[in-house]
Amino acid sequence: MELPTQTFRVTRADLVHYAGASGDFNPIHWSDRFATKVGLPGVIAHGMFTMALVGRAVTAWAGAPDAVVDYNVRFTRPVAVPDDDAGTEIVVTAVVREVTEDGLTRLDITATCLGEKVLSQARATVRAAG
Amino acid sequence: MSLDHSFVGRSYPPTAPYQVGREKIREFATAIGATDPAHHDPEAARKLGHSDVVAPPTFPVVLTMAASRQLIEDPALGIDYSRVVHGDQRFAYTRPVVAGDELVCVNTVEDITSRGGHEFLTTRTDVSTTAGEPVVAVWSKLVVRGEA
Repeated sequence: MELPTQTFRVTRADLVHYAGASGDFNPIHWSDRFATKVGLPGVIAHGMFTMALVGRAVTAWAGAPDAVVDYNVRFTRPVAVPDDDAGTEIVVTAVVREVTEDGLTRLDITATCLGEKVLSQARATVRAAG
Repeated sequence: MSLDHSFVGRSYPPTAPYQVGREKIREFATAIGATDPAHHDPEAARKLGHSDVVAPPTFPVVLTMAASRQLIEDPALGIDYSRVVHGDQRFAYTRPVVAGDELVCVNTVEDITSRGGHEFLTTRTDVSTTAGEPVVAVWSKLVVRGEA
């Protein structure tokens, strides 16, 4: 079963906000000067910010904010975030791989940015709501 | 500089307790756009059976990233942080983190491998309450890129 697609807009302001809240102040997430010096196209989103947005998709699908029992991703491609008002967009889809006898649902997740996968082996296990 | 493979299996001493604050959970939830009332309103969280607001699934990174300084700053392990890229991340929950938790982290080096000139370091951080109740296990795989 395929779950409804969810999209998340990401701007530079979001990265600054996330840096402050998470304590991850790596300059590749806020300084183009630094990011390009280390070979990146420009400022990129925190991998953990992308994982957090995908986590929102998972809890929305599950219908409960506390439903996640296991959640893992591999970061395969950086999410470049341009310095403009539009930023970029992460598109998240998933299929239900398995529903276990003890009420757990296993999801295979796909997250893309500009049509390219930014995560691989992204999986979550959620408890049934209620 | 390369990683010392003899660190595989080694655990570090528990970190100082981290007090999970209600406002910190709200701040983190707001930063990721998580608007579910259970992240913000203690009453909504109580209706789900929790003692206080519930943290979003990736919230523990706030603690575990700070705790990972133990490894990054250990000269004997030999991580060149300027070459580190985040490879994989996993959270396996016993229960969600809630405001009021006092959590300690125990870092263990699970695996070190080398492939294609790069090194891969897998760490597990066991997060438990100061009373010893397990809450979440967190794995990170860091890629230390080889010298070009």
